[in-house]
Amino acid sequence: MADLATRTLPLRGFHGGSATVRLTLATPASRLSLRAKPDAVDALSTALGLSLPTRPKASVTSGTRHALWLGPDEWLVIDETEADLPSLAASAGVLHSATDISHRNTAILVEGSGAAAAINAGCPQDLSLKTFPVGACSRTVFGKAEIVLYRTGDTAFRVECWRSFAPYVSGLLAAGAQDAGH
Amino acid sequence: MLLIHCPYCEEERSELEFRAAGDAHIARPENIASISDEEFQEYFFLRDNPKGLIFERWRHIAGCGRFFNAARDTVSDRFLTTYKAGEPKPSLPIAAMTDETVVETYEATEGRAE
Repeated sequence: MADLATRTLPLRGFHGGSATVRLTLATPASRLSLRAKPDAVDALSTALGLSLPTRPKASVTSGTRHALWLGPDEWLVIDETEADLPSLAASAGVLHSATDISHRNTAILVEGSGAAAAINAGCPQDLSLKTFPVGACSRTVFGKAEIVLYRTGDTAFRVECWRSFAPYVSGLLAAGAQDAGH
Repeated sequence: MLLIHCPYCEEERSELEFRAAGDAHIARPENIASISDEEFQEYFFLRDNPKGLIFERWRHIAGCGRFFNAARDTVSDRFLTTYKAGEPKPSLPIAAMTDETVVETYEATEGRAE
């Protein structure tokens, strides 16, 4: 009988937070790094079942699937039900680059009244609701690591980071949450 | 902390998200195999190091990932303007440059202490 590899999340067992910030691990999701020229956006939008955003920091959500604008020709597509995104993108039949990064990234959900303060412990962006409204997203820095920040609610964020940076990002988030708890 | 305006993200972001990428508007020779060693050296290695206005390439590496061009004052580190890659050099009024007398950098102080 074949031995099956056991899948382990990068941050299994992680816990952290404070009185004002709740840190939880996001469930496994499929992720796609999508790059395409403007003339392919419509066909890819149809194939993925959502309209790819073309404005800076914009995101679009359709059910459990999110498309985050990262650059003028680059998106991060996240599907929380682990749908086969590369096949969907391929069915568009237009020139594009789609890389499956489901297992490269992991995500931490930061929620609570101190969420923005906890993230600002390592991130220089203005996270006020005026400049970073619900649905805004951006690739940015968190301490020394690169993250993708996505605001899912007034006081809720999803922090996507590379799995090799996950111990660093989660540790700094936990420290930021402690500081925001006072 | 410096705030740099990214022409692709259309807003000011912290310098922590950016990386400098050398001089801007350096034209690659039409036929690089035919030029002399001296001309190649000039094109490839030699750069001016002006005091004052400089045009540079910058990359919003921890943001949209795009390269863009910036006009910067090397004395005050002030960014005069930024514009998308491929666009022509903007004409800048001399008045846009920072008055040297108000700059409090070590370099400026040293320059005056002749």
